[in-house]
Amino acid sequence: MADLALKVDQPGSTPAAAKPAAGSGLGRKLRRNLSAHGFLIGAVLCFAFFSWYPMVREIIMSFQKTTLGVTSWAGWQNYVRIYHDPTFWQAWRNTLEFTVLALIIGYAVPFFVAILLNELRHAKGYLRVLVYLPVMLPPASALLLFAYFYNPTYGLFNHVLTVLHLPTSQWVQSPGTTVPTAAMISVVIASTWMNMGGATLIYLAALQNIPGELYEAAELDGAGLLRRIWHVTVPQTKLILSMLLMLQIVATMQMFTEAFILTNGGAGVNDNTLTVVNLIYQYAFALSGASNYNSASALGVILMLVLALFSGGYLWLSRERD
Amino acid sequence: MAATQTRTLISAAQLNRKRGKLVYRIVLTLVVVVFTLVFIGPLYFLFSDGLKSTQEAIATPPTLVPQHLHPATYSQAWSRVGVGRLLVNTLYYAFGALVLQLIFDVAAAYALSKLRPVLGGTILAMMLATLMIPATVLVVPQYLTVADLPILHLNLIGSPAAIWLPSVANAFNIFLLKRFFDSIPRELLEAAAIDGASALTTLRRVVVPISRPILGVVSIFGLVAVWKDFLWPLLVEDGYSPSRETLNVGIFQAVSTTPQNMIIAASAIAAVPTIAFFLIFQRNIMSGLTAGGLKG
Repeated sequence: MADLALKVDQPGSTPAAAKPAAGSGLGRKLRRNLSAHGFLIGAVLCFAFFSWYPMVREIIMSFQKTTLGVTSWAGWQNYVRIYHDPTFWQAWRNTLEFTVLALIIGYAVPFFVAILLNELRHAKGYLRVLVYLPVMLPPASALLLFAYFYNPTYGLFNHVLTVLHLPTSQWVQSPGTTVPTAAMISVVIASTWMNMGGATLIYLAALQNIPGELYEAAELDGAGLLRRIWHVTVPQTKLILSMLLMLQIVATMQMFTEAFILTNGGAGVNDNTLTVVNLIYQYAFALSGASNYNSASALGVILMLVLALFSGGYLWLSRERD
Repeated sequence: MAATQTRTLISAAQLNRKRGKLVYRIVLTLVVVVFTLVFIGPLYFLFSDGLKSTQEAIATPPTLVPQHLHPATYSQAWSRVGVGRLLVNTLYYAFGALVLQLIFDVAAAYALSKLRPVLGGTILAMMLATLMIPATVLVVPQYLTVADLPILHLNLIGSPAAIWLPSVANAFNIFLLKRFFDSIPRELLEAAAIDGASALTTLRRVVVPISRPILGVVSIFGLVAVWKDFLWPLLVEDGYSPSRETLNVGIFQAVSTTPQNMIIAASAIAAVPTIAFFLIFQRNIMSGLTAGGLKG
């Protein structure tokens, strides 16, 4: 396909660019457009095949059914079926709980870490590298390591708790389903460790743009440390804070890998760590024989609508920023 | 940045007082120690637990330092999990995806920014609209599409193209590149055109050389995205012999049949290239992250 993009360009572009007087206006315009579309064709085809078409197809498939190789319209059948599936509600409850936990842990921690790092005059480079290092690890490496730490019998975490004379935990294998479950908190801790570097560095950059005079003025007015954070730092980084809020929600709601690797398939005990994307995967690929692409698509459409809401909010905010 | 320290939460005057200095010293030491423990600590275990024997790795209580060094665990993990093969696969997927992204996304962003063809605005809007729909939501129709490409009726499952081609449909690349190209002055391109350069020559000789910084950002994100992806390679490259899996998928699939110490050793080997890559390019990666906009 690389050849295609290059070849299409050849005939039209040279005369159009070099000799503005040659040829009729229309012909020139046509050639110029052909050349430009030649540059576009590779990316447009990839978008068409792997983004635009699947998006439409997911919506269509969610209203279809396939029995014995024959596809027909099914109306709302797929939606009704997953509505009556208790796992569907469990997965949404889990995903919402993950999102709330990730907001409490994964969203607040990087902000305070950034504030702390911004005050330090030494070891800045070192600390920055430290915080971002886990982001670069292959997720399987990081998560299998955490699964090892979380092991209830020979894991490091329970050993540390025992040494400190604290009660031990089953971590990701905790059976409970009462909110917040220990299993989920364990997943969110691992996820935060892996992912907090990006948000921390973005906050740090935002903090460095706050004019020092604002802190000066606040201090002269007698504002203490916490009030300076609340009345200067937070309002000055409000836009970045709200953008990352949207991004964090979107990222957490499509969580798959963490639960999948830590609880071997994403189910946990009694499905207590199963996320919506884990369930899409189960609907479509895991239940061998009964695999049903159509109910997976219906679930996909619902998640797509929810996520579009938040990513729309993010894009709207980022336009304001530019 | 250390040279011109701007005023932050706490004033320099306050820090220079005797008490301020003491408190600062304590906080600094605490932060350095705690952060080292939290972020390097797990990495220490990642590398040292791979040196344990199978029995020691699952001993209760766990040992903090391997009692008997078993470097053989690494070589066993290498052959048993097939880490070498997985590493080559992942590199092949990552760099292939990068090359295609650089060719097609740069060309497209250039056309949308400078050549401005008919319907260019619509195409750009449709590309950017995909930012609203994260790829994970579309796995099912995407998988079915890759298994039977419309019109062409090609099955890409198990081929590198199943990872390469979808990676080109990256609206974030288009957005970043177009925004950068927009800032290139028109006169520069017109001068090239007067010298008789075609659009392609202008792109290669003028635009690409001055776009190095943004191409660096796009390349780093492109490589890291393939390196870190899990769900998609699990769907499209799984279950072939010899293996076509990526590191992430291959090691995960080995968990049920491989002793714990070898899994950790394999995970450690898998982490080495990215850690090295990060330490070499840390400046570019971290400045790219903040300059290139916000991407999770």
